[in-house]
Amino acid sequence: MPAEPPIESPSDLGQAYSLLASGDGWRPIAGGTDLMVQITGELSPPPDRVLDLWRLDELRGISLDGDVLVLGALTTYTDIRLSDLCREHLPALVEAAATIGAAQIQNRGTIGGNIVNASPAGDTLPVLLATDAEIVLGSATGERTVPAADFWIGYRQTARRPDELVVRVRIPVPGGRQVRFRKVGTRRAQAISKVVMALSWRPDAGVWRDVRVALGSIAATPVRAPETERVLEGAAPRSETADHAAVTIAGEISPIDDVRSTADYRRVVTARILHRLLREAGGW
Amino acid sequence: MTYRFAVNGEEVSLEVPGMRRLLDALREDLGLTGTKEGCGEGECGACSVLVDGEVVDSCLVPVSQVEGTSVMTVEGLAPAGGMDGLQQAFLERGGAQCGICTPGMLMAARAYIDSGGAPVDEDIREAIAGNLCRCTGYTKIIEAIAVAARGSADAR
Repeated sequence: MPAEPPIESPSDLGQAYSLLASGDGWRPIAGGTDLMVQITGELSPPPDRVLDLWRLDELRGISLDGDVLVLGALTTYTDIRLSDLCREHLPALVEAAATIGAAQIQNRGTIGGNIVNASPAGDTLPVLLATDAEIVLGSATGERTVPAADFWIGYRQTARRPDELVVRVRIPVPGGRQVRFRKVGTRRAQAISKVVMALSWRPDAGVWRDVRVALGSIAATPVRAPETERVLEGAAPRSETADHAAVTIAGEISPIDDVRSTADYRRVVTARILHRLLREAGGW
Repeated sequence: MTYRFAVNGEEVSLEVPGMRRLLDALREDLGLTGTKEGCGEGECGACSVLVDGEVVDSCLVPVSQVEGTSVMTVEGLAPAGGMDGLQQAFLERGGAQCGICTPGMLMAARAYIDSGGAPVDEDIREAIAGNLCRCTGYTKIIEAIAVAARGSADAR
């Protein structure tokens, strides 16, 4: 039988913060799709103590605050797929949610879990980077906000302190901005990404502004590709631009060989995905 | 801790560690061995059950998270000794071979049909994308689910 560490299931956020502040090493669990795999101890040591967040309904829900889409940390991928607000304001996030696992995982896995698990292959994370999302952390001493760009600080390391919980994510959804998502895995469902990309831009008199190119599974953390962004900034999505951007991104990234793919494959596919997204956007 | 929830319509009360996998609680504590363990890590769907009507991998759900919910396993699909329309369709269409994926496949299909799923090939494929079968090649499973979905739509 797998390990069965002690678990507490508080019904309000204050109790959860108190436990985390005790310093006893409580490990938060949301939908369990990542943590429950660890209790066999085969992949990594099981947690000593588990803090069950599932009953904290105050961490659920999707709303619009001006032009910011706000998702509670316990929002599941199924919630995102079924959300009219997400479909209207950020369809790329709906697409990303639909590529994660299949129904069983989407019914339990949460956006907060994806953020805190901090896998370089987390499929919603490039979307959060490409949209300048902000991650809101809460603790017994209050809340603070960390830009997604500053949140994943190393391989499976985040800016979250042990006494904090991710409580929600705030995603600006300004009118006119475009976001595209593409994932390549071994199959359409139940596959961990070999490469995942989110691309965003604001069309302005025939050229692109505020371009963001964000990638997963090609570095130790989800990352942006700033050199490639500079190539696209102020440019029009024509074939010469796409060629230049594809060459740039292939040179800019340093993926590794691992069980899911090889560095060479990832480099080629990353360049091709970008080229294709630019072609689709340019309509040529 | 004592956890209370419903399994196949009957209230149960379990004195177990909250981190016990729902899969183990069903099989070991409640003797409901219809639910199978395949991979134990959410890849194969063999342990699929419904929690409040949603399909989940019971290997990934701690018992603490089903407190107060209604769980349905393959044993709950039909009254003792009988079969529901979905099971009948699997039987008639040859939707099972070795059988280890079948309970999970039935539960994913049940969730799909109960949510109004149509007898559309592509949608059925997506609904069972989290359930691996290494024998059938899926075609007969998809046919069986389409037959049951059609029957369910007719009944509505």
